[in-house]
Amino acid sequence: MLRIENLSAWYGEAQVLREVSLEVQAGEVVTLVGRNGAGKSTLLRCVMGLHAGQRGTVELDGRDVGRLPAHRRARLGLGWVPDDRGSYATLTVTENLTLPPTVGPDPWSLERVYEAFPALYERRDSAATMLSGGEQQMLALARVLRMGARLLLCDEPTEGLSPLLVQQVGDLLREAKRHGVTVLLVEQNLHFATGVADRHYLLAEGRIAEAMDNSEVRSRERELLSYLGI
Amino acid sequence: MTGFLQNTFNGLVSGAFYALLALGLAVIFGMLRVVNFAHGAFYMLGAFGAYVLLSEAGVPFWAALAIMPVGLGLLGMALERAFIHRLTRLDPLYNFLLTFGLTLILQDLVKLRYGVQSSPYATPSALSGSVDFGIFDFPTYRVFILGFAVAVCVGVWWVLTRTRIGMVVRASTERPELTRAFGINVGRWVTPVFGFGIGLAGLAGVLAAPMRAVNPLMGADLIIVVFAVVVIGGLGSIFGSVAAGFGIGLVQAWGEAYLSQFPIVSQTIVFIVMAVVLLWRPAGLFGREEAPA
Repeated sequence: MLRIENLSAWYGEAQVLREVSLEVQAGEVVTLVGRNGAGKSTLLRCVMGLHAGQRGTVELDGRDVGRLPAHRRARLGLGWVPDDRGSYATLTVTENLTLPPTVGPDPWSLERVYEAFPALYERRDSAATMLSGGEQQMLALARVLRMGARLLLCDEPTEGLSPLLVQQVGDLLREAKRHGVTVLLVEQNLHFATGVADRHYLLAEGRIAEAMDNSEVRSRERELLSYLGI
Repeated sequence: MTGFLQNTFNGLVSGAFYALLALGLAVIFGMLRVVNFAHGAFYMLGAFGAYVLLSEAGVPFWAALAIMPVGLGLLGMALERAFIHRLTRLDPLYNFLLTFGLTLILQDLVKLRYGVQSSPYATPSALSGSVDFGIFDFPTYRVFILGFAVAVCVGVWWVLTRTRIGMVVRASTERPELTRAFGINVGRWVTPVFGFGIGLAGLAGVLAAPMRAVNPLMGADLIIVVFAVVVIGGLGSIFGSVAAGFGIGLVQAWGEAYLSQFPIVSQTIVFIVMAVVLLWRPAGLFGREEAPA
């Protein structure tokens, strides 16, 4: 589904990604873990086409998308869930959901979204930024499901959420996976990560330091947590 | 009382021009992050175009009211493609240099051909005379301007808040990069939005022709106040620009009528209001602090 080869990225003079290579198969949920500043978000931005200073290959379904602008990549099935939740203050909740065109074979209908998220339905005509943080996170996820995106790029979807909401995000991602949606996830919460993901990449100083499966992450949880500084 | 109502009405009519011009500036700034200092020149071209169409080709006011906004809108789109779009990656100083330079070129081209004296433009016959409001009369043409401008502002508001195009424009204005990530080709909307803003300036110009002196500098005089209006309303705020446009028209008219013994105050009242508003709300009455990209 997604293949990244020798991807390097810069902010001005500072190099934040160094020849990163990784692959995500269709239907997989894969996380990127790493300290703050390890380059996780930059990697997602590179895949989405939002980062200008980059070199290397990004392939989607075997097609080199490295030169495509972000809006063309979205139309190939990429769903963007930004770390700030990407709520528009000047759009209502419904408008936030219906802004992106549908891009995949299996988009959620607005009715289905509202059935799954009664809280969003109740506030459908409010400005999206008036929602609580948790509701805005649900909105961000619901939006890419309504697009019918085939590959979700989620930047710390559980950050700042209560345990109950974290569980809800997990349920949602697992349900998406059951429907064949692929997910690349930036995550600091290892417990959450092993609950939803198939595999994990540890990013350190802009490089892939390790590739791990769930059992490996569980057995090394303490070591990893202290490394991540949590 | 009659005097007060008349002053109020006159203020709303001036406000209608401010609102139309500020509205165009607001949509352009919102979408392009470009402050169009040439806006007054396009207003002038609208009025001058109407004058030239009538005096040299016999084209009546009503036709000019359609021809000039569309023609200038197309000119604006061409200029955006040729020059304005290059500004996005440059220091804001170039924005000022380019659009102000454009103003000087357009003004001087008109001066070269028609000189600096004002040209008369007759009020269309259907709108001559006055309307009797019981306790006072008001020129029919001014009533028409007020109604027309309000209708245009309401129409623009409706498109922006109730249609898919409006939703895309709002989203692109608020967070262009995020909107691209949602599969929307933001760049495709930039040129039409610029042309639309210029078209509004041209429309205001045609409306102004029968009641204001048509001359190459008419836009330069007006645009200074319009910029104050835009700042007061909140740069980029659609609603703010319209509300502040009518509000400033009123303030100016009342100031001239009731503070005439203090000419220093009545002539600068717009800028006094602007200073007070900025001290109180630095982003303008309806502006939001710029969100980080």
